[in-house]
Amino acid sequence: MSKTFQGYRRANGTVGVRNHVLVIPSVMCANHVVDRIGRAVPDVVTVTHPTGCAQVGADFEQTKRTMAGFAANPNVGAVLVVGLGCETNESKALTQEIAARGQRVEVLGIQETGGTTETIARGIEMARGLVAEAAAHQREECPVSALILGTECGGSDGFSGITANPALGFASDRLVAEGGTVILAEVPELVGAEHLLAARASEPVAAKLYEMIERVEARARAMHVDMRYGNPTQGNIAGGLSTIEEKSLGAAYKGGSTTLREVVEYAERPSERGLIVMDTPGQDIEQMTGMIAGGAQVVVFTTGRGTPTGSAIAPVIKVATNSTMFEHMRENMDVNAGTILDGTRTLEEVGDEIFDWIVDAANGRQPAAEALGFHDFAINRIGPSF
Amino acid sequence: MPLSLDGEALRLKDDDDVAVALRPLAPGEQVRFPDRTIAVTVAVPSGHKLAVRAIEAGALIRKYGQVIGRAVAPIAAGEHVHVHNVEGTRGRGDLAEVTP
Repeated sequence: MSKTFQGYRRANGTVGVRNHVLVIPSVMCANHVVDRIGRAVPDVVTVTHPTGCAQVGADFEQTKRTMAGFAANPNVGAVLVVGLGCETNESKALTQEIAARGQRVEVLGIQETGGTTETIARGIEMARGLVAEAAAHQREECPVSALILGTECGGSDGFSGITANPALGFASDRLVAEGGTVILAEVPELVGAEHLLAARASEPVAAKLYEMIERVEARARAMHVDMRYGNPTQGNIAGGLSTIEEKSLGAAYKGGSTTLREVVEYAERPSERGLIVMDTPGQDIEQMTGMIAGGAQVVVFTTGRGTPTGSAIAPVIKVATNSTMFEHMRENMDVNAGTILDGTRTLEEVGDEIFDWIVDAANGRQPAAEALGFHDFAINRIGPSF
Repeated sequence: MPLSLDGEALRLKDDDDVAVALRPLAPGEQVRFPDRTIAVTVAVPSGHKLAVRAIEAGALIRKYGQVIGRAVAPIAAGEHVHVHNVEGTRGRGDLAEVTP
């Protein structure tokens, strides 16, 4: 009998672990209005961003795909899109894209409505209506196989690859054994460890992984730069990591030891279950946003230096790699994997605690980043603004 | 995973060139592994790496049983192994030929 949790079954077949009403701007020119609606209606969550205009080609497609995927994440029960009216990322087209994914969505334009004040007033009214509507959704029993877990490490140190990441890998293996899905991302932080993943993949999946790794190194060549100091960062280096290969070998543990089933683009929803690699940068917020836009309902984030990041719509569980930082940044941390080094718990015991946290968070338990009200959001740009 | 006998350093794979300091190590300390004893020559912060054997300049360096980089200077056993004496072998766009 598969493990279950109390989740929200959505009309499109996906399962949410939260029931948020999200207010999102289609373009940065609507950020202020979104912010004001959020302040007036505390029952909604909001995100803002500096994108959505004067973008072309693959860069524009990726931005739009990310916004649509994020808004259609099953943790969201209803969406209000606020646009300006003249933007590249037309708010009505974005709204259609969100609706096509089976999400309840409404749209409001600042130019069409006639200015800031009137749009805020209309937005507040619409947001309140969506909150009342979404309140009708109830939790019901769902299998944990419906979960897509996003895995992430940020502010890594010399202990990440010894404690928190292998413990998260243990939890990842447990979720995959239950029929669930695990996303391993931050592809620049797989450079030097890709052969270990490729050895656990079919030939076409391995080929796509190698292609994504090559894109990273091709970017470094095009810029004539050594990745070092950009990634690993100064903090990673202060924590004992010397090269990107060393960081990657520790980072890859997060995904566990199962077969790599699929490699997907940034913010693309996996079509397979099991272990997935998503092409995101190592930059924490862009990575988190990409995984959630790809359908992840829960994220586990390991950190050695202490990274507080959280999402407006998905619980992000923090795992400390060492006890010193865990105690020092106690309010931001949920699990202490430093206990493995202290000799008070085994790697498997910490892995079990992480797995239990994932299921508890799916049932509604708030990790630190969620309780603190984080709503970090950033879209990975792959081209310049025009 | 061979932990040093007093638990102050961890060599992740038997054949690794480096061990990870699990607490700050001071010059003069002896780190005893089942197969060798290493005299620490310089301070090694917690989470940082210590050479467990002599490494020649230009040699590949292994941790987790995998290549983590290349020595840019000779490294003696007991030395701190970090950005001052190790370079990455990947993501090195700085070494790419400039096309005219």
